[in-house]
Amino acid sequence: MTELAQTLSPAPVAGVDFASGAARARLKKRYRSEARFKALGLAAVLVTAAFLVLLLADIIRKGAPAFFEHRAQLSITLDPATIDPKGTREISELRSADYQILVRAALIAQFPEASDRRSRRELDRVLSSGAVDDLRSAVIADPSIIGQTRSMPLLLSADADLFMRQKSRLIERRKGAGPLHVEGEGANISIAGGGNVFAVALAEMKTLLAARIRAATAELAGLQAGGTSATVDAKRAELEKDIAALQARAAAATSPETLTDREPSLIVAIGGGLLKITEIGSSEAKAVTLVPPKPGAIITEWSLLKITTPESNRRVSDRVAAWVETLSARGLIENGFAWRFFTNGDSREPELAGIRGALIGSALTLLVTLLLCVPIGVAAAIYLEEFAPKNRLTDILEVNINNLAAVPSIVFGLLGLAVFLNAFDLPRSAPLVGGLVLALLILPTIIIASRAALRAVPPSIKEAALGLGASHQQAVFHHVLPLAMPGIMTGTIIGMAHALGETAPLLMIGMVAFIVDIPQAITEAATVLPVQIFLWSDLPELAFQSRTAAAIIVLLGFLLVMNAAAVILRKMFERRW
Amino acid sequence: MKTLRLLGASAIAIMAATSFAQARDQIRIVGSSTVYPFTTAVAEQFGKTGGFKTPIVESTGTGGGMKMFCDGVGVNFPDATNASRRMKIGEFEACQKNGVKDIVEMMIGYDGLTMAFSKKSAPLKLTRAQIFLALARNVPGPDGKLIPNPYKNWNQIDPSLPNRPIEVLGPPPTSGTRDSLHELFLEPGAEQIPVMKALKASDRKAFDAAWKTIREDGVFVEAGENDNVIVQKLDANPNAFGVFGFSFLEENISKIQGVTVDGVEPSHDTISSLKYGPSREMFFYLKKAHVGVVPGLDKFAIEYVSNRAAGDGGYLEKKGLVPVPKDKLAISQANVAAKKVMTGEGLPK
Repeated sequence: MTELAQTLSPAPVAGVDFASGAARARLKKRYRSEARFKALGLAAVLVTAAFLVLLLADIIRKGAPAFFEHRAQLSITLDPATIDPKGTREISELRSADYQILVRAALIAQFPEASDRRSRRELDRVLSSGAVDDLRSAVIADPSIIGQTRSMPLLLSADADLFMRQKSRLIERRKGAGPLHVEGEGANISIAGGGNVFAVALAEMKTLLAARIRAATAELAGLQAGGTSATVDAKRAELEKDIAALQARAAAATSPETLTDREPSLIVAIGGGLLKITEIGSSEAKAVTLVPPKPGAIITEWSLLKITTPESNRRVSDRVAAWVETLSARGLIENGFAWRFFTNGDSREPELAGIRGALIGSALTLLVTLLLCVPIGVAAAIYLEEFAPKNRLTDILEVNINNLAAVPSIVFGLLGLAVFLNAFDLPRSAPLVGGLVLALLILPTIIIASRAALRAVPPSIKEAALGLGASHQQAVFHHVLPLAMPGIMTGTIIGMAHALGETAPLLMIGMVAFIVDIPQAITEAATVLPVQIFLWSDLPELAFQSRTAAAIIVLLGFLLVMNAAAVILRKMFERRW
Repeated sequence: MKTLRLLGASAIAIMAATSFAQARDQIRIVGSSTVYPFTTAVAEQFGKTGGFKTPIVESTGTGGGMKMFCDGVGVNFPDATNASRRMKIGEFEACQKNGVKDIVEMMIGYDGLTMAFSKKSAPLKLTRAQIFLALARNVPGPDGKLIPNPYKNWNQIDPSLPNRPIEVLGPPPTSGTRDSLHELFLEPGAEQIPVMKALKASDRKAFDAAWKTIREDGVFVEAGENDNVIVQKLDANPNAFGVFGFSFLEENISKIQGVTVDGVEPSHDTISSLKYGPSREMFFYLKKAHVGVVPGLDKFAIEYVSNRAAGDGGYLEKKGLVPVPKDKLAISQANVAAKKVMTGEGLPK
């Protein structure tokens, strides 16, 4: 000890002066280098964390709406003549009845003017087809409610739901000043008010013209640069004419403007009704009825709504928007937690699509994977590490296991198709096959991790057991394995997390599919969470984008639970020496 | 060795437990990802009201679906396949060879292939000849000979077009939509150009190569199978154009607009009347041998072509399908009711 201390102590070395300026500079340089490294390291961690936070925030922002839904609380008459004309109360009769008629009747009760065929069709866009399903299951669950009139929450359609969410951003509301005189009905309404009541709105419409003039002028400028030819000249003349016309309209500050579906919609809310303006002047307007107001010619209490997105740019027409807005003004629309997202299987209606099928599919698949992987993987690791002779065969085996860990996952899918489906005749799309394929995929990972964990147990422990007379197997199973358990578990969880996120191998065995029924067993058709995310992300409906993000949140939650379980188990088994 | 024994044991255990793979009470459908949104909607409706299990619909692509469909008859093979184009003669022959003799063909509706771009830009009219000149790898030069595509900006093709760089995002070669891009935009586009038309008469091979090859100098970008990603990119870049089915255009009308092709704007009416040139038909193929074996298969087909599904105003229209005219739908309905099988005549190569 003393000798060691002597050799290490900084004895003055001939020719080196630690107090010299050069030595100090060198020291400073070393400290600088260290500080630089620490700063870089910290920056790397911060950048990673920032990306993670950004990603999570984005997903949560996009996914959060999918956890809530809007419902219209409507009074619905469960007419026995529609549901069960024969009066048998048989389930099959109740199931095949046309509940759409009842739902539509409940809406028509709110909007009696919308009973013609075209309006009825548009009225169907307010509520989801899920409203009909809810009604059907309510009746089947309790047939005694037939004949009653009850107030039931009916799910809004995805488009109407989106409108409710964006309402505050979409609609600008301005309180009207002065009395309005409303005349006519249906599509021919004329509104008159004194003192330039619409002057501000008209001016806004005129400013839109300026934007159109700018766009046309820019296009014209582009054409000038393009040279000359017959087509160019014709187009140029056309553009110039357009610009002149637009300029004339913009210059006449009080001339009326016609509103089309390419401009923001202006709606007068008056006496509980909604009138859509088709032509606006500074103190008068022409309009069509969306929801008829209460009778009364001159009304002083009114406001002007502007839906900033033009109708042609929206999924929701002005009429449907007006109905939803009126229902909401009547206090009939509620916003609640969307439990059905967790209780439903897949659906082509975004507002009905749920994650349960995929969640259970993932759980069943991982169960199969776990049950196969852990015994086989750990047994293989123990054998290779502790018992196998070190010869050429085991060397080849080892190289192959390491190689298998790096094989692209789609290859395992092809293997699954060839072996499990074609040779063994297992059912397609089943979690059993998915679990088998994923087990093959992560087996190498588990074997490698388990071997590393076994190797990390100090040899003295095994030697002590052998020294006390334990057999080789006893030493390994009683002493080495328990100590290696935390490491083995970590490896297993990493493998399982890998398996949870795989989609490519499942494509070949038919798990990338639309499956509505929730799987009850490992042989029934199922899909898994990442596949569900992939399938939803590719659908055209806008509302599926928030479903996609919500499904990602659920997948992350599943992962979190798995990892938490691993940490707890590891803490339970952990031993220090 | 232990591993092997364990593996063997588990394999035997699995084999013992597989007798349930035999009978099947659930319809299985494979095929095109373009038709997937419609078939799944019918499947869901069928499961809710038909008293049968909801069919399983896999999204495998038209070609992959055809291969599985034609592999054989029996519970291990799918009952039906979706296709965003008609069955090819080669596929029909493969079916016949593998014992899939009787196939019922149903035309279920139209899809318009659209070129769309951001609403932030002014509306645009293009001819398919201009689209060909923008996208083909080799185009006729000033002397009529094919030269590598020199066009970088739209106004180089035609001075009346805007002075903006050509940038098109489209489907990769694995997609059925890519086939449609070639067949619906580029081939008719090439035929509109007199020089190319002359080439078709003199050298068919060179002509085919010209419309079948898209330029690879970065002007055309393969944007993957996910059309929603293309929509997002179009929204971010007002100069870029995207190529995808009409249902995506319809669903995203707040962000994007369609190019007017050969003077016709893409819309429900122009597509179903085939006035809009790049319209394609979508098909559903069914194995007659499976009818009566897999419960509900015939009823599913009837539901698919019923007026309330594929008809005008049916629920598939809400999902973006462009319905076929009544008389044509009636033919499909009659074919399904009579289970009329394909003869293989008139199929494309």
